[in-house]
Amino acid sequence: MSAILELRGITKGFPGVQALSGIDLTVGAGEIHALLGENGAGKSTLMKILSGIHQPDEGRIVVDGQDRHFADYHDAVAAGIGIVFQEFSLIPYLNAVENIFLGRERRRFGLLKSRSMRAEAVALFERLGVHIDLSAEVRALSVAQQQFIEIAKALALDARILILDEPTATLTPTDAEHLFQIMRGLKAQGVAIIFISHHLDEIFEICDRITVLRDGQFIADTDVAETDMDSLVQMMVGRRLERSFPPKPAPRPSAKVVLEVEGLQIERGGPVNAFRLHEGEILGFAGLVGSGRTETVMAVLGADPAHRKTVRINGDAVRLADPAEALSHGLGILPESRKTEGLITSFSIRDNISINNLPKYRKAGAFLDFARERTTTDAMMRQVGVKAPGQNTVVETLSGGNQQKVVLARWLNHHCRILFFDEPTRGIDVGAKAEIYGLMRALTEQGYAIVMVSSELPEIVGMSDRVAVFREGSIVATLDSDQITPTDIMRHATAGETHELV
Amino acid sequence: MSSSKTVAAPGSAHPIALSLRRAARFTAFYPLVGLIVVSIVMIFASDSFLSASNITNILRQVSINALIAVGMTFVILTGGIDLSVGAVMALAGTLAAGLMAAGLNGVLALLICVAVGAGFGLANGAFVAYAGMPPIIVTLATMGIARGLGLIYTGGYPISGLPRWVNWFGEGRVLGLQAPILIMILVYVLAWTLLERTPFGRYVYAIGGNETATRLSGVRVARSKLLIYGLSGLTAGIAAVVLTGRLMSGQPNAGQGFELDAIAAVVLGGTSIAGGRGSLIGTILGALLLGVLNNGLNMVGVNPYVQTVVKGVIILLAIYIGRERRKTA
Repeated sequence: MSAILELRGITKGFPGVQALSGIDLTVGAGEIHALLGENGAGKSTLMKILSGIHQPDEGRIVVDGQDRHFADYHDAVAAGIGIVFQEFSLIPYLNAVENIFLGRERRRFGLLKSRSMRAEAVALFERLGVHIDLSAEVRALSVAQQQFIEIAKALALDARILILDEPTATLTPTDAEHLFQIMRGLKAQGVAIIFISHHLDEIFEICDRITVLRDGQFIADTDVAETDMDSLVQMMVGRRLERSFPPKPAPRPSAKVVLEVEGLQIERGGPVNAFRLHEGEILGFAGLVGSGRTETVMAVLGADPAHRKTVRINGDAVRLADPAEALSHGLGILPESRKTEGLITSFSIRDNISINNLPKYRKAGAFLDFARERTTTDAMMRQVGVKAPGQNTVVETLSGGNQQKVVLARWLNHHCRILFFDEPTRGIDVGAKAEIYGLMRALTEQGYAIVMVSSELPEIVGMSDRVAVFREGSIVATLDSDQITPTDIMRHATAGETHELV
Repeated sequence: MSSSKTVAAPGSAHPIALSLRRAARFTAFYPLVGLIVVSIVMIFASDSFLSASNITNILRQVSINALIAVGMTFVILTGGIDLSVGAVMALAGTLAAGLMAAGLNGVLALLICVAVGAGFGLANGAFVAYAGMPPIIVTLATMGIARGLGLIYTGGYPISGLPRWVNWFGEGRVLGLQAPILIMILVYVLAWTLLERTPFGRYVYAIGGNETATRLSGVRVARSKLLIYGLSGLTAGIAAVVLTGRLMSGQPNAGQGFELDAIAAVVLGGTSIAGGRGSLIGTILGALLLGVLNNGLNMVGVNPYVQTVVKGVIILLAIYIGRERRKTA
């Protein structure tokens, strides 16, 4: 099979991060090629380079044996590259035909040639073997159909190399199967497809070859037939498992249950979940992005409504209608997105830490005692080790690690003993990560109980005393001490071996 | 602290330039400069501008807008808006006048006047905070309702025949200060204390800065918003008392467009329309700036039609400068 696309030694740095170093990727015509790697491994950056959105610092892009330089997206499209992003770029109030021809409408004397465009759209969907209602606004169509329109749009631009970025993340299994049929059809027509997915089972089902990235490095490429799930996970995760996480304490089976969630159903008719959290433990919430981990945390705290839930804290049933009530029962959260959910970025460090402590700093029953606020904040900052010029520093200017410590400090002056860490080290450099891990362990030694949502397998494996694995909204497995291995977690998270389990 | 050193570092700037730069970070700096500049222009343009009687006159004219702008500042600081205040003020005023004309105890009538304002504000707050409806729509609707109720109640005619002492609220004097000015100062002091010295005030800024983060940190955001809109209605109710005292009647058509003047004062005062940043000191300066403009342009004899154009241009300019400043900050 001749290579239609070759990337050689692609290197790309952003201020402060080396995103990619020396990446190779070879894709043949009519090949479905999986690009595999954890979040942050560099897959998205590589695809943005391939579609002309970023330019590489070094390296060659070779299409059909010719060196190419993509100054922008249009250059890439002209070279025959089509990309379907995770976030669709369709205009919801236009129909399929209007979307496909958006920006390059066919005209005669300034008027649209609707019939000609419609005929071509019909031909495109016939080629894909799907039926789409061409007169419906796309918002009225299913996610899968919208995706098919995205693919048709790329093909309308004569794409011969099609990039699908996590196309199945939002599809039902039936729809995913439909997508695979389309992919096989395109493969037969000689279209090369780069397929990004975290679902290893899908990769084994549909792909021919695999390239694995890790931390911006090229790790390996291999034929699908020559590998298995264990070695793939090993390649993705690498030796980072050995990275120094604080030692785990010995299991304490007698530790009391501090939080008990039963019959948690977020939507009527949706999956029902239950879990327990013990004093002094870290319970990892593992699973793919969108598997319902954050949603579960938010529903427990009352930050989002739940259809039904039963929560007991230290054995007492509580209602937890909103985060304020959760706080009054000693529950706190470090949200997934520090900037949009965690911090008030225009506020100083002090104002951010004391935002939920203010009633404690009152004098004469109403007025803020600034002196007391300053001293307590100072103690909190020292406890978590925030590095900053002073309390008045605006949090916007802090590094990710220091921002996370500010959010953490907010909860430490309360009687809070149950903390939810949602992706606690996302976007944080390695040194600060270790500090956050150290803080989490220090807290559990003081009797705090922690639920940690994380999409990084090494973090889940290295930090969790127990792991609840989520798949499609359900907790499908709860793993204990030595059952916590990357492969087992991946298996449960991606339904790799569901049939054996059930 | 080292932060002040970093400010000093970028060069051997003159101490005055340095303290000016530091002052520029104070939110009310630009409104203050604006007020001073416009005042100086007016002093040269008109001999009688600086007379004591004219200054008192400006302050009294400003007082009603400044009172409404207090509640508006709280609302805008959260990223919201309250369009109902002008109509609510008119309704509260006519109701008080009607009750007094009908023989109800005047004190009680004025208390009802303030309560009606607060009640409308709380209703706005309930729709915004608990039903999650957009403030601009909610208060647009209650603006229509309040205006309509006032017209229904009065049949469209002013109500007069109020006890003479009510006039004190419009024109009375205490220690040489006119009552409206005194009331304005008192309300500003109380509101400033609430905003800058209590947890509630901090929540106002926090909600405007990042409502989600504030809610997730365990602050009762909905309850705070309810009270914030209530406060906006309350200051409209207090403004209604002053207005009734000054007009000595209940005017169902009073206060048309007052909500826009209040918004203008708040925005001129440097408060971000997106919420999170701003101050009450800025608002009073903004209200004074508008008052000085009105007064000065009148004294110079500028056509009233032209005046509104001038005010509009100044508001655009102020927001533009504010945006530029935020970009560089």
